[in-house]
Amino acid sequence: MKALNTLQKGHLRFFCALILLSQIVQAENFRVGLVLDKGGKDDKSFNSAAYLGATKAQKELGIDLKYVEASDTNAIENLHRSFAKKDFNLIIGIGFAQVDAVKKIAEQFPTKNFAIVDGEINAKNVKSLLFEEQEGSYLVGALAAMKSPSGKIGFIGGMDIPLIRRFAVGYEAGIKKIKLDAKLTTNFIGVSSEAWNNPAKAKELALSQYNSGVEVIFVAAGASGSGIFDAAEEKKKLAIGVDSNQNWIKPGFILTSMLKRVDIAVYDTIKEARDGHFAAGTNRFGLKSKGIDYAVDQYNEKLISAEQKSQLEKLKEQIISGKIVVPDYYKQNSKPTK
Amino acid sequence: MNEQNLISVAFLLSVLRGTTPLLFASLGGLFSERSGVIQIALEGMMLMGALAGATAAQLLHSPWLGFLAAGFGGMAIAALYGLFTLKFKADQIVTGTAINILAVGVAPLITKLVFDTTGATPSLAIADRFSFEPTVMAAIALLITVYFYNKTQGGLLLQFAGENPLALTAAGYSLQAIRWSSVCICGLLAGFGGGSLSLFLASSYSPNMTAGRGFMALAALIFGRWKPLPTAGACLLFAVADALQIRLQGNESFLPVQFVQILPYLVTIIALAGFFGQSRASRAPKGLGQ
Repeated sequence: MKALNTLQKGHLRFFCALILLSQIVQAENFRVGLVLDKGGKDDKSFNSAAYLGATKAQKELGIDLKYVEASDTNAIENLHRSFAKKDFNLIIGIGFAQVDAVKKIAEQFPTKNFAIVDGEINAKNVKSLLFEEQEGSYLVGALAAMKSPSGKIGFIGGMDIPLIRRFAVGYEAGIKKIKLDAKLTTNFIGVSSEAWNNPAKAKELALSQYNSGVEVIFVAAGASGSGIFDAAEEKKKLAIGVDSNQNWIKPGFILTSMLKRVDIAVYDTIKEARDGHFAAGTNRFGLKSKGIDYAVDQYNEKLISAEQKSQLEKLKEQIISGKIVVPDYYKQNSKPTK
Repeated sequence: MNEQNLISVAFLLSVLRGTTPLLFASLGGLFSERSGVIQIALEGMMLMGALAGATAAQLLHSPWLGFLAAGFGGMAIAALYGLFTLKFKADQIVTGTAINILAVGVAPLITKLVFDTTGATPSLAIADRFSFEPTVMAAIALLITVYFYNKTQGGLLLQFAGENPLALTAAGYSLQAIRWSSVCICGLLAGFGGGSLSLFLASSYSPNMTAGRGFMALAALIFGRWKPLPTAGACLLFAVADALQIRLQGNESFLPVQFVQILPYLVTIIALAGFFGQSRASRAPKGLGQ
């Protein structure tokens, strides 16, 4: 009986120690809350890139990661608030739709750190991560023009918003650099946030463009992009992916992908914050910092000749050195037109 | 894009593709509403059909089995709807709304279990999806419905159940049996509509991919005065407006694209307001919701 008692006591002590230990571990772990946009972590594009960066941080840095997907725009603020109320150290909002929510919650929780991708917020506890989308769009535009003998080229965006216009304007400048007489057809999928998630409509738009003679389509439309890739496969034409490297989705039909390395931006932000170096302010990622790039891998290397590749690299250098100034829709728009 | 492109084979095909999911869903709605059960859950049934279809086609590598699964997926949701509205006599509008929300919520759970993703299925290989078949099947479904509705005793009983449920019961028929089978057929057809989205118009299930098509189908049903052929005509009209809108985008045209986009809805509102035909036939089944 006595022996049993000591055994139980021993067990009890052991469990107490275990519980205590686990609490210490939990308290020491850096906790990150990631609020993804409506496209969700499997959009194979923008949100997938953010999720990739965060899971990389989870694996390599041993942080605690919790992610949520905003089922609709109205939910975003609540998602941020619930992360902020709990003991999360860093909360990251992905996408332009979250700017207002992050601004508001960051003000209400001044002791927490926040980061926002694709939006700029001036606050002491918010880091804004912006990308120079026009630079990468310029390069893929130039490549599209090289691959299109007829000069008929297409662009399909999700919603008609300044961010997507920024892609389109850079793309057109790149096309015109190679082929001055090229004709660009621009379409948008919808007028509400459903546009990021309507592959059926996206496919119809792409088929309509391909049928009218368009040879290459650049798509910036989140999860709707899969519809354009399906159309390219069926019509044996080319498409250009966006944000993540999407070359693998339809090998041979995706000319390249304009990379927006949201994964690097998210990973670096988490790493800095965990190491205690969180810095508010705006970080801009462009060709120079490799935050923006175009993808060449085993799935598309046959589509791009050595000559085209070297031409692209030359353009890239000229953009980095400032010799070529890519038009920026944001700046164009801040100036009064006419 | 040149003007002659507007009326071409490509345009026609685009219209037919756009009609397919709408036609399936609105025929489903016709069965349900004609039997007297309000049907605003078409969206949820389509979503579930799209999910079941994409999942089955992915796992079994056959679009046909996927399409079948889509029908059953829609039917499962419809059975749930029937359980609440027909057995427990819950409010049909409230239950319908709940079903729509439920479908959106259940999808990520299923994809998480099967594919470890949060709401999207992997994309289907070109061999595992349809190239035109659902459109033909939608046309066949229309023909069968027209025949059933106009020429058979079953069709009469269906209308009877919606117009005067008490008289039907007095005549010795089981109202419950008729409504149950109508709601299940509705689910089957709406599920096929969802399946034609994920297996034909797109190549995977993605969250909320119906993008309001269930409600458009309901609008087509109302605009078509709850009759098979006019309803099909309304679906066609909506699809024409959508395809036109796609083609007019980016072109300098005399009409703003946004206007073309709202055309179908505008027409429906006018039709509902009673500008077209004050006849008895234009009204909803009398026993709807009873």
